[in-house]
Amino acid sequence: MEVCPTGAIIRTEFNTVFIQQDVCNGCRNCIAACPYGVIGMNQQTGTAHKCTLCYDRLQGGLEPACAKACPTQSIKFGPLAELQQAADVRLAALQSQGVSQAQLYGRDDKVYGGLNAFFLLMDKPETYGLPSAADAKLPSRNDLGGYIGAAVTAVLAVVAGLVALRRRVTG
Amino acid sequence: MIFLAEHFVRAPQWTWYILFYFLFAGLAGGAYVVATLLRLSGDPRDESAARIGFYVSLPATIICPILLTADLGVSWTRFWHMLVDVTPGDTGLNFKYWSPMSVGAWGLLVFGVFAFVSAAEAWLSDRRGSPVLPLVLNRAFNVVGAVVGIFLASYTGVLLSVSNQPIWSDTWSLGGLFLASGLSGAAALVALLMRYRPEAAYSIGRLHQADGYFSALELVLIIVFFVTIGASGDLPRVLPWLALWAIAIVGVAASLVEARGHFRVQASGGSAVIGGVRLDTVVVSLLVLLGVVALRAAVIFSAQ
Repeated sequence: MEVCPTGAIIRTEFNTVFIQQDVCNGCRNCIAACPYGVIGMNQQTGTAHKCTLCYDRLQGGLEPACAKACPTQSIKFGPLAELQQAADVRLAALQSQGVSQAQLYGRDDKVYGGLNAFFLLMDKPETYGLPSAADAKLPSRNDLGGYIGAAVTAVLAVVAGLVALRRRVTG
Repeated sequence: MIFLAEHFVRAPQWTWYILFYFLFAGLAGGAYVVATLLRLSGDPRDESAARIGFYVSLPATIICPILLTADLGVSWTRFWHMLVDVTPGDTGLNFKYWSPMSVGAWGLLVFGVFAFVSAAEAWLSDRRGSPVLPLVLNRAFNVVGAVVGIFLASYTGVLLSVSNQPIWSDTWSLGGLFLASGLSGAAALVALLMRYRPEAAYSIGRLHQADGYFSALELVLIIVFFVTIGASGDLPRVLPWLALWAIAIVGVAASLVEARGHFRVQASGGSAVIGGVRLDTVVVSLLVLLGVVALRAAVIFSAQ
């Protein structure tokens, strides 16, 4: 969402992230930036796609189809505070049973300032293909450093170029 | 301290079109900067070489949007969405200063104006046999254009860094590296094209010296690149592309050796004025240009 140059990626009224198919032009900058690898290209439309969280169902007051259909109730959908409370209770229950490695991912603000989706993990995040708190950084972290590096190089190159080219030729 | 970064991203599949866009953006911006520096040298005899730089910059700039549009594939008709937000109810110009791709799209457009005007001015001056614009005005215009040219030649590296891809996001050096490489490649290309404009050969010795400085900067930044990548633990991803890095280093080394020769001639009292483009310039320039392509290919492909 941060790097999209066309404004195709928006946050909806449900606080979900949505890619507008009529705005996206398939530059793929979002794919390079997404730390979860959830955005892919549709070769037929030439646009980037990701899960919409069943935006049309949300507008109709329904939960996403995956949460509705999941036979094991692994996927839950609802108000964030309620889900956080349910996750805390579940974590406490597991730890009281001796499952000390159980942890919640994305529950607190350590990963990208807090996610609206979180997971109960039994191992470190990397095992599940999720960036750890140390790896969870926005692409813009390199914006300033990259431009400063280029600016310093530019100053040195211009000065060096002028020194070389202004040197008088005697012949 | 070694920070072992882990990445779980998908590759954006930026391949050949982007590789050659990065090449031509570097050459277009670099050639404009080299031409401006030649014009700022204050010697009227450098004007002929300067005009080669402006002539190179325009076609290289024109190729850039063609490559970028081709890279969009079936959505190519939406290339203009980079500049205009078509979100229903929220239309307007698109400019996100925090997104290098957004700033780059505008940078390319603005630079196109400078490249066109300067090439047209060079062409008209060549036809007329004397400058068509007042010297002060022309130089001021070139300096502003050179600043935009520096941006065009360097932002492509920053664009790669502002991602979550391995290699690209593990270093801050790519903007400077692509700039130094673009300047070196542009100086080499201008020197090579002096073959078709013999009076421009007056500047060739000092142009090789300038290229030597650009290459020295490039070498330092290649070292910084490997140090930063090594610190992030991603060095193994670079190893399969060592052959490309070797070609890039050969280009840098050739430029440094050529520059050293011209420095020594001048230091020993020689004029450094060469009657025309010799074989050494042709060989070195081709090696440098090959190195410029190889450097970008090594960086782009090592992450994907």
